[in-house]
Amino acid sequence: MTTRTRNVTIGEASRPALPRHVKFRFDETRQAWVILAPERVLAPDETAVEVLQLCDGERTVSDMVDRLAAKYAADRKDIGADVIAMLQDLADKGFLADKGAVSHE
Amino acid sequence: MSETGVTRIESGIAPVAPVARDHVIPLAVLAELTHRCPLQCPYCSNPVDLERAGQELTTDEWRKTLTELAQIGVLQIHFSGGEPTVRKDLAEIVRHANDVGLYTNLITSAVLLTREKLKDLADAGLSHIQISFQGSETIVADRVAGLAKSHDKKIQVARWARELDLPLTVNAVMHRQNLHQLSDVIQMAVDLDADRLEVANVQYYGWALKNRAALMPTLQQIEDCTRIVEDAQTRLKGTLAIDYVVPDYYAIRPKKCMGGWGRQFFNISPSGKVLPCHAAETITGLAFDSVRDHSIAWIWENSEALNRYRGTGWMPEPCRSCDHREEDFGGCRCQAFALTGDAGNTDPACALSPLHEGIFKTAEREAAEGASQFIYRNFSGGTREEDVINRA
Repeated sequence: MTTRTRNVTIGEASRPALPRHVKFRFDETRQAWVILAPERVLAPDETAVEVLQLCDGERTVSDMVDRLAAKYAADRKDIGADVIAMLQDLADKGFLADKGAVSHE
Repeated sequence: MSETGVTRIESGIAPVAPVARDHVIPLAVLAELTHRCPLQCPYCSNPVDLERAGQELTTDEWRKTLTELAQIGVLQIHFSGGEPTVRKDLAEIVRHANDVGLYTNLITSAVLLTREKLKDLADAGLSHIQISFQGSETIVADRVAGLAKSHDKKIQVARWARELDLPLTVNAVMHRQNLHQLSDVIQMAVDLDADRLEVANVQYYGWALKNRAALMPTLQQIEDCTRIVEDAQTRLKGTLAIDYVVPDYYAIRPKKCMGGWGRQFFNISPSGKVLPCHAAETITGLAFDSVRDHSIAWIWENSEALNRYRGTGWMPEPCRSCDHREEDFGGCRCQAFALTGDAGNTDPACALSPLHEGIFKTAEREAAEGASQFIYRNFSGGTREEDVINRA
């Protein structure tokens, strides 16, 4: 059973998680969070780091957005659009799985 | 943050790019675990003088080396060769790399793998596998590899890799004698459920230079190749990522080889030598330091061979006064050495090199003459294809 990481569409009901071939960790040398993927090293900014720390395959995007909107007392709609766009960008690269997705296979 | 070279874009996630400094700690390092290999590809990037098994770093030496790499800030390790799966301790080495936090990638011909061995590697924490292919079907592919039944085995291992949930890159090395199969190679990668495909035209040093007349593509082939790759990149967006390397003989500007000599990358040879690229030992007269004698951090700063062509101070004209000198760092030192006899010359792939036109003409002539016989890579300095056939 393989984790589906292709053609993943992120929405409020998604439960995003990093697949086994994508590692998200703190790089002590550069004092920065990094995403390690095949032939790629990516640098998430502070917001992206906060979102990725919530991606455990359990929480829905909706939960994450509620949490961030409350924390920053920001408009839920704006936060939601940003979070989905950021996660979709990762999904399009094949670096994100959706544990909440109904399998079409 | 700016001094670490981490760039940012609005969408929140950006590739980590090196800054314009003399040299930085590499994000990724290539570990050539051995030069031993069951294949005999005539374009092999290993030096013609191969290192013997007895010279190879031991398991403990690799463990120590990997720990050091992680400590100085390297994030990814590519295990290559030769054929890395020749080493019986590969799973142990992968496990250690994983334990010290390195992202592990295996670059393999796959022919020695069994499903069980592959599972051991996956269980040891292997994150990604790249399998080389020599064509899209057995006749061409097995002849190029110089090994019967190799193609079918590769297909089998690629399927196992996907069953085990390992992300797969198909490496396709292209040249005059297999470029006609490019469309089929792309379809093969899709059918194998690969994540990435590298379409890499042969680069001509070491074994490939010996075999240049048999491998050099025609200009028409390169134009077709570029069109086919670009079409596929558009058509397969979201399904298969395709990276593309053109042969620089047909280029106007030289490649920024390795991002600059000793600037953002190194590899470690089977016996532990720290090299600026996998072909650097083709340059005679350079003494490379070994992890057996010094710490990697020391070598990266102090190696005379690494410092020799760092930055722009070493450059002759036309590089020295060229506006592009920090864009391409004068091209490839190995190629400059192979074609001019001096690694300190401008890479003749550059149109500004006085030798550029002559090289282009040679390539065109060799491609047109169509010599097809290979000299196969081995430990005895190479064997001509007809001798292999006669012996069989």
